[in-house]
Amino acid sequence: MRVRGLVRAYRGKTVLHGIDLDLASGATLGIVGESGSGKSTLARTVLGLERPQAGTVQVAGTMQAVFQDPGGSLDPRMTVAASVGEAIFRLTRAERHAAVRAALADVGLPPALAAALPHQLSGGQRQRVAIARALVARPALVVADEPLSALDVSVRAQIVLLLRELRARHGIGWIFISHDLAALRHLADETVVLRAGRIVERGPTACLLDAPQHPYTRELVAASLLYPPALSP
Amino acid sequence: MLRVRDLRVGIGALKILRGVDLDIARGETVGLVGEGGSGKSMLALAIMGLLPDAAHAEGSVRFEDAELLHADEPTLCRVRGARIAMVFQEPATALDPRVPIGRQVAEAARAHGVAAPAARARALLARVGLAGVSPGAYPHQMSGGQRQRAMIAGALVCEPPLLLADEPTTALDTITQAGVLELLAELAAERQMAMLLISHDLNVVARATARTAVMYAGRIVETARTPVRPRHPYTAALLAASSVAAALPKPIPGAMPGPRDLPPGCAYAPRCPRADAACAVDPTLVDGVACHHPFW
Repeated sequence: MRVRGLVRAYRGKTVLHGIDLDLASGATLGIVGESGSGKSTLARTVLGLERPQAGTVQVAGTMQAVFQDPGGSLDPRMTVAASVGEAIFRLTRAERHAAVRAALADVGLPPALAAALPHQLSGGQRQRVAIARALVARPALVVADEPLSALDVSVRAQIVLLLRELRARHGIGWIFISHDLAALRHLADETVVLRAGRIVERGPTACLLDAPQHPYTRELVAASLLYPPALSP
Repeated sequence: MLRVRDLRVGIGALKILRGVDLDIARGETVGLVGEGGSGKSMLALAIMGLLPDAAHAEGSVRFEDAELLHADEPTLCRVRGARIAMVFQEPATALDPRVPIGRQVAEAARAHGVAAPAARARALLARVGLAGVSPGAYPHQMSGGQRQRAMIAGALVCEPPLLLADEPTTALDTITQAGVLELLAELAAERQMAMLLISHDLNVVARATARTAVMYAGRIVETARTPVRPRHPYTAALLAASSVAAALPKPIPGAMPGPRDLPPGCAYAPRCPRADAACAVDPTLVDGVACHHPFW
């Protein structure tokens, strides 16, 4: 993916001031910022859900999205199989059935859950369905907006491990958007720090966490919920 | 000041709280941590006398020499808002969108006949960092962090000796969250106000409390000075799962049993790497840990 000079404004208020991003195929990028930083607008513009006033987004292949609240992003009346199969409606019934089964297995869900409705699933299972739905059409890039923040601690750990596994298994590029820099450590190799529509720092995620340079990045690291070290039993 | 003893709350045959003991001294800040379904919010509701009608409760909740469990409504009304105040997760839904923020902050003071409610509200808005927000502003004109600060101001207007905060920062950004937790810790210290801070995240309570209590399947399994050096295997597992440090987070195997499928003996045993035959006997909380095989 190659993004150049992306500008987005609403009613004269500029939200993105010329953003440049590069993502090699199969690589992972984190975008961190507070609400109002423009990170969700950036995601929506990259996904083509919003048109920029200036700048270009080039992606070699298709894109899919995973949103924060899997409860809200799944249709409550559609079964898991129907939700996941929606992205591949062009395939025949038999092909779709096989692809849905494979996608569910990919995210660690048993085939029996294909007939379930969203309210019958746990939060972690719903997030797995949302990920399966994004992967089933074999996109080149998945944009995940706060995929962890609505989850309990242990479920969150499961989804982190799942996303890492999927990253290794498929040659897909991932963009992870979060307000928590520490949450990106295990998901994104590189991260850009977005503040008021501008990138203030970029680099390997571990470097940003361990040696932040920009004062705003330092503030983000200080605010991150890092447990006092050396407390293992 | 608050003394909860053998509190048992059930709905029908379901046991939600299975004998909770918890003490909070005057001015003490305590974090209550557990996964969803552990019973931590039910405990807060029981303390506030806000249990659902279908719930039945046994045991004791003593607060400032009064028994709150099964207390009559006038007693609870005198306590609620004035002596024990509560802050919830979602300020967007807990605030009334049609009422200016200054009035909402002053509301408890008016209800309890405290003098000069409007002036108190203004002073508190300034104290929680909202000096720049007009008391005439409406909730939708404020950010999520500002609304949560306003909720805190409203909870403090009667100067309650105890504040219950249930996931007050879960819906907020990292930096906003850190600011609100710092504010809560400062307010508790400067007012000698006790606080029970409820969260699913050990890291959250580590920022604002002096003691941590860990809850599992309707019971407190460990309580220790913050930051906890775990003795109970569940506390250690929570810490390893929530790890945002360099080590990869480790999910806790299995799931917490619901009130329908509690195992006999220790409720954590089916997920516990240290479990053995001794764990068939339900452990009690002794010296801050309810475990037959604590780490230390």
